[in-house]
Amino acid sequence: MTTLDQVHENNKAKVIDIQGGQGIRQRLGQMGIHPGDTIMMLRYGALRGPILIEVHGSQVALGRRIASRILVEEIE
Amino acid sequence: MRIALAGQPNCGKSTIFNSIAGYKAITSNFPGTTVKYTETKTHIEGYTCNCIDLPGTYSLTSGDPAELEARRHLLSGEVDVIINVIDASLLCRSLELTLQLLELEVPMILCLNMMDEAQRKGIQIDAPKLSNLLGVPVIPTIATTGKGLKELFIDVLRVREEKRIGKTPKFSKDIEEIVSQLDSILNSEWPVKEKVPTRILSIKLLENDEFFINETKRNSNATNRIRPLQEKLEQIHGSPSDEVISSERHALAMNLFEKVSTVIHPPKRDIRITIDNWVMHKFFGYLILVGVFYGFFNFIFGIGGYIEEPLMELFDYWIGGLEEFFGKGSLALFLFRGVLQGIAGGIAIVLPYLVPFLIGLSILEDVGYLPRVAFLMDVFMHKIGLHGKSIIPFILGYGCSVPAVMATRILEFPQHRFIVSILTTMIPCAARITIIFGLVAFFISPNAALMIFALNILVVAVSGKILSTLYPEPGSLGLILEIPAYQLPPLKNTLKKSWYRIREFIVIAWPLLIIGSALLALMEYGKVDLYFNRFLSPLTHLLGLPVSVGATLIFGLLRKELSLIMLTQALGTTQVLTVMTKSQIMVFTVFVTFYIPCLATIAALWREIGKKGALLAILFTLSVAIILALITHIFFGIFPLW
Repeated sequence: MTTLDQVHENNKAKVIDIQGGQGIRQRLGQMGIHPGDTIMMLRYGALRGPILIEVHGSQVALGRRIASRILVEEIE
Repeated sequence: MRIALAGQPNCGKSTIFNSIAGYKAITSNFPGTTVKYTETKTHIEGYTCNCIDLPGTYSLTSGDPAELEARRHLLSGEVDVIINVIDASLLCRSLELTLQLLELEVPMILCLNMMDEAQRKGIQIDAPKLSNLLGVPVIPTIATTGKGLKELFIDVLRVREEKRIGKTPKFSKDIEEIVSQLDSILNSEWPVKEKVPTRILSIKLLENDEFFINETKRNSNATNRIRPLQEKLEQIHGSPSDEVISSERHALAMNLFEKVSTVIHPPKRDIRITIDNWVMHKFFGYLILVGVFYGFFNFIFGIGGYIEEPLMELFDYWIGGLEEFFGKGSLALFLFRGVLQGIAGGIAIVLPYLVPFLIGLSILEDVGYLPRVAFLMDVFMHKIGLHGKSIIPFILGYGCSVPAVMATRILEFPQHRFIVSILTTMIPCAARITIIFGLVAFFISPNAALMIFALNILVVAVSGKILSTLYPEPGSLGLILEIPAYQLPPLKNTLKKSWYRIREFIVIAWPLLIIGSALLALMEYGKVDLYFNRFLSPLTHLLGLPVSVGATLIFGLLRKELSLIMLTQALGTTQVLTVMTKSQIMVFTVFVTFYIPCLATIAALWREIGKKGALLAILFTLSVAIILALITHIFFGIFPLW
């Protein structure tokens, strides 16, 4: 188990848990990110900038801090 | 009859709205273009209806102010039919909102928009089956080309007549039990029949939605009975109650999605992915960013400068002719010269730069480049205590400060909205850009104009740092932003949008320019302008500017363009260089770029961040302007410009 910001580019990961309060769960849930969902890591931004992921067919940019709160399991 | 267009951000609500309203709502390819509702009267098959275009909302749970606005309308009980617009290529996620809208028990119709995009992704959707499952009509459309829209609005009438409210899908049994328990509590404790069904109220209360909890507190004494039920949910499922419900809804949406859609082929190898590999690249992305804006700059200056010069000469010639015709010093000369200079200012100075600028901005917006800029700039925005999404109001600020201030509604945190609202007013809007181009680029050099833009960005960044230190936002989560696919918008839409914005200048600002210019001429005739100039002389003296520019700065508060047009009027010539040195032009432009926002912007600030915020913005920008103009004055005093 790792956090989303540690997943390598072009790898897929399954969300295990979102650590944080209702606010963060809600915002992520609205983007289609819930425990159980599969996320594909598309790219990292420069200088620890945001990451770009694909989830349910849409692309979402997430700040690293938020990404580090999403616990995931990498899928081979 | 009231029809509301509701849906998640960037699914094409405003495009559909415009198809029946004419171009009334700005459309762009980024989530959150619409931040307040637009309403229009329209006729469908002889029926008169009011159609409202709502801001996009991901769900019916509290979010940013734009989302709250959408929810307020949907819950008002005054909507007769909801058109739920869905980006068909993002069906699964979009259905989560659909499920919540169905709970409102208002006649509804589903508009599966962007079918072309879904097709490109290889997704085939069985619309009749979806319609069967949800109990509402489902109409596939492509809003940008108008495909399916006629059928959509005809079906709206049918839905209204039949009062088809659709089926509310059921959660798992244990959740349904708790929902109905709360439902009956609410029914007995809250005797006033609300406009909103108690079922959705129960669900939202179990989700611990702040807004609904507060509403319940105000209206009934059922609040203390909510928590035990939430706890019960938490016990059964082992996660917080809001997560239980949202996961359940998510599962329902996925289930529906799987039933009605098939992936017929893997998404075609898309050129857009290759483009993004470059545009969002760690290194090349930034090179492209600089290139795009540098190219944009040269595009505006190239076109504008080419047109400004001959037109100015022509108007100078005519203005000279007036002098011969009316004789020196006559009232008629002052008046006609004032009017002619106002007209000249619009045609020769403003429009040559404004038109290419607005067309360029529309293209950047419609293609979908702005969210990418937000992605690239996020890391730098963090350095000044904000995050990437704030770049969108900033970029809109280059068009006009008013929509830019309003666009801060897409930001989640009040402190960010406050800071970004003030900062966007310092971004040179189209009017001030015209001044920078028309004065500095035209009379000094394009590079000097670029320097002003660079200085501006630096100052905005430093101000951002200062403000975010003074007003920190402890709860900031960081960036969460959807990056939509690139679109090649029909050129017609882009041009319509540009025209919509240019028209604003022609019908509102230009008449003001002409009146203001004539007024200043009359003031000169009666020597009243001297009072204004004397009043501002401490400032003009401090900055080493001609005393006669004083009055122009006051006029600039009405419309920023006035400062420039009045300048030629106040100086008595369009050959500015004969009466002002290049250094003075720089000082004047720097001051005008930063000082006090125009009246319309102050009003917008007042609405968005309150009286105190507006006042702070005025004081802040004025001090920044004076300090910078003074530094510029001293700098060019030591290194004069030739």
